[in-house]
Amino acid sequence: MDSFGERSEMRKPKFGVVVFPGSNCDHDAFYALHKVLEFDVNFLWHKDTDLKESDVIILPGGFSYGDYLRTGAIARFSPIMNSVIDFANKGGYVLGICNGFQILLEAGLLPGALLQNISLKFICKDVYLSVENYESNFTKGIKDKIVLNLPIAHGDGNFFADENTLKELEDNNQIILRYSSKSGNVSNEFNPNGSLKNIAGIINKNGNVLGMMPHPERSCNRILAKTDGSLIFNALVNNIYN
Amino acid sequence: MFRAKVLIKRRPSILDPQGKAVEIGAKHLGLTNIKNTRIGKYIEFDVDTIDKTEAEKEVSNYCDKLLANPIMEDYEFTLSEWTPSEKEAK
Repeated sequence: MDSFGERSEMRKPKFGVVVFPGSNCDHDAFYALHKVLEFDVNFLWHKDTDLKESDVIILPGGFSYGDYLRTGAIARFSPIMNSVIDFANKGGYVLGICNGFQILLEAGLLPGALLQNISLKFICKDVYLSVENYESNFTKGIKDKIVLNLPIAHGDGNFFADENTLKELEDNNQIILRYSSKSGNVSNEFNPNGSLKNIAGIINKNGNVLGMMPHPERSCNRILAKTDGSLIFNALVNNIYN
Repeated sequence: MFRAKVLIKRRPSILDPQGKAVEIGAKHLGLTNIKNTRIGKYIEFDVDTIDKTEAEKEVSNYCDKLLANPIMEDYEFTLSEWTPSEKEAK
């Protein structure tokens, strides 16, 4: 089955991919969005404050600032992040992938924290993800596909939040992705890193900021026979422009 | 000038897999009484002011916003006064 996602005629959105010292999925994101999905993409240097009129900001994976202190803790104070926080607070779309998710949590744009994987191992493999909310702008329109197959590659992906925060996430339908079996069964057996309730991706209350540990940008190219990541990018573009 | 010494610990409710793994090493060493190993961070730095209240405020701010993540960590710190000339003399 082709899982590339519907592409209706639309205005070309501009993506901005932030480059922190230690980002290493910035070029993957650029390649997937520009060369494969044919969107306009600019790199945004961490020391700049100009978002170059981007419609969507991507905080890419990697090891910003060497993961010193805590993952994302120092990147959160990069000059570009003040602009990204303003942009997000005004309703701008922001997608944080892996280290980008960690930065969003440190910046307070999403609730919770990401701890070290419970196994203490760096985990690099493909996982199945149950889509838990089809109403968000990042997922609306991919309803026919219940489970996504995306790669993870992280040492600190163990999502944690206190009881009240978890309840709030659940009550507001903010949990977007959970680690699952191929058929969408969410249980401990399919939890790669110890994440609370198998949480792999969450959105903020306003629905314009998504943080996720799996890498959609590594799963966009038909040549690699994996294209589930493009579903998320295409859904977002379709939903915000149509 | 003050010397700040900050201790950052994981909150008691949060599992510490690293501590657990290290404790396996203790068992292999034959140290049978070692229990509840938890790994934290120790950070020290100078605060260039003579006003202790100001120093405390700035260190708290540093801890709250950057050095510790209140979602998963608790911190405590001490401040001890010293003058650069004393240190140079040593």
